[in-house]
Amino acid sequence: MEDLLEILNDLHPEVDFEVEEHLIDDGILDSLDIVNLISEISEVFDVSITAKDIIPENFNSAKALYSLIQDLDEE
Amino acid sequence: MLFTTYEFMGFMAVLFLAYYLVPKKCQWPLLLAASYLFYFCAGADYLIYIMVTTLTVYFAARMMEKNADKQAAYLKEHKAELSKEEKKAYKETQKRVRLRWLISCLLLNLGVLAVVKYTNFFISNVNGILNSLGSGKQISFLTLALPMGISFYTFQAVGYLIDVYRGTVPAEKNPFRFALFVAFFPQLIQGPISRFGDLSKTLYEKHRFEAKTLCLGLQRVLWGYFKKMVVADRILAGVRTIVGDVGAYEGAYVLVGMLFYTVELYADFTGGIDITIGIAQALGIRVEENFNLPYFSKSLKEYWRRWHISMCSWFRDYIFYPVSISRPMQRFTKFSKKRFGEKVGRRLPMYLSSFTVWLATGVWHGASWNFIVWGLGNWAILMASEELEPLYEKFHDRFGARGRLYGLFQMFRTFLLVCCLNLFDCYSSLGDTFRAFGSVFTAGNWNVLWDGSLMELGLTMLDYWILAGGTVLMLCVSLLHRTGSVREKIGRRVYPLRFAIWYGLFLAVLLMGAYGIGYDASQFIYNQF
Repeated sequence: MEDLLEILNDLHPEVDFEVEEHLIDDGILDSLDIVNLISEISEVFDVSITAKDIIPENFNSAKALYSLIQDLDEE
Repeated sequence: MLFTTYEFMGFMAVLFLAYYLVPKKCQWPLLLAASYLFYFCAGADYLIYIMVTTLTVYFAARMMEKNADKQAAYLKEHKAELSKEEKKAYKETQKRVRLRWLISCLLLNLGVLAVVKYTNFFISNVNGILNSLGSGKQISFLTLALPMGISFYTFQAVGYLIDVYRGTVPAEKNPFRFALFVAFFPQLIQGPISRFGDLSKTLYEKHRFEAKTLCLGLQRVLWGYFKKMVVADRILAGVRTIVGDVGAYEGAYVLVGMLFYTVELYADFTGGIDITIGIAQALGIRVEENFNLPYFSKSLKEYWRRWHISMCSWFRDYIFYPVSISRPMQRFTKFSKKRFGEKVGRRLPMYLSSFTVWLATGVWHGASWNFIVWGLGNWAILMASEELEPLYEKFHDRFGARGRLYGLFQMFRTFLLVCCLNLFDCYSSLGDTFRAFGSVFTAGNWNVLWDGSLMELGLTMLDYWILAGGTVLMLCVSLLHRTGSVREKIGRRVYPLRFAIWYGLFLAVLLMGAYGIGYDASQFIYNQF
């Protein structure tokens, strides 16, 4: 989780990712951020996020995103 | 059969009556019959195109789902005996089968769209090249009918197909139900491009008659007619005069034309979508919103999150994301990071993906270089804004430019940018567009704004008053809409006021709508896309 928070903080240092739960709904992360994020996650966690995984539920919070990474890692 | 014709109104009246009188299980088949009748009236020849799309997409989606079911059953049956690697290999093999279905069906449907929409554009470019090489040979243009709404229903069907491939929606088993999803008549002309997962929730439901739902739907239809007939169709005369003769109408006229066209486009497109969503609501069906107060955007990026939402999200979900996170693009990201450093290397692939999306958006809008340059113009401004973001932040911090007044300036700036980009949509060629835009800075004919010349654009003083009133009303409704549905706010008022508002709007459409002897209701602008 710490690695993920580091990636997220690099992207938007002004956001408190530990508490924010509406990253997509509130427009904090836009499509360019998401692509950036996926690229970093793929490198750090060695998982492959596909287009079908890009839904608000998976990206609205750091927790949800971490859960997606874990699921993909188990596959 | 346009939305603004008496035939359509008669068609709607009969449909509403029948829809709530027939047994509820017959409601969606009735809608299917009505949708095909509507499409038949637009052109009997077009039916073949929509049927081919419906059948091929239905069949390919079913085959993909059957394959996915077979895969799940096989893996379940051999769960104990297969190693992790064997399971993975089997999944990959099956995925390739589904991918073949997907690609074949995409090629067929997008190929049909490309042929009917872009063949003559391609021929005209080849002829241009032949001319410039001094060859006397010219290729003849083909006579190809462009089926009404083909870009919209093709994209809607293709979106469904990709969703089934991704496993995010189940394939529809009933071909007739799927046919209704593709051909649902209110959105056939100009969208929105609905997603199966959203529209199917209410499209096939049994709907009981509810006076409130019907009223809310019809009120929205009425508001749509007001925008379309009172504002868009009235201002059209002025737009046509100005853009029809670049030589005669230059300089200040171009600014007026630009403003007129932006008002026309807004009233026409949002009005049309109001009619679409209103009709659907009156039938008990929920169609997703396509606009969210676009002219309150403080940047072009925000504007594209609020304007034509269904198209933008389509391009984002089905082109931008898959291209951006594809393996070749990931490899390119790694390469560019190594070659150009972390910061630049991270951005390059994204800009390349955005370029692809905006090129596709331009091409989707029409077969002309104007639309392609319009798309790439949007891309260039968006990317420049992205690069200049840190500079803006510094400027804002240094000069404290974050107040309400600055917000208004940002909205005005975005509006102006959108108006300028709209010029590509107004004029028929790139040469005319640049010539017209350039003349704003060179013609120096500002006197035409007050010396009475504006009265010679095909608009009378009465037209200007009606247009000013209509535009102010649209602005007021948008301002009110920021805090919730305007129709529901009106609904909470006392009966006489409610009655006065809706009856007044009805009379406005009746008395101030741009029609009369010899009037030919114009098509919706997005109908041609």
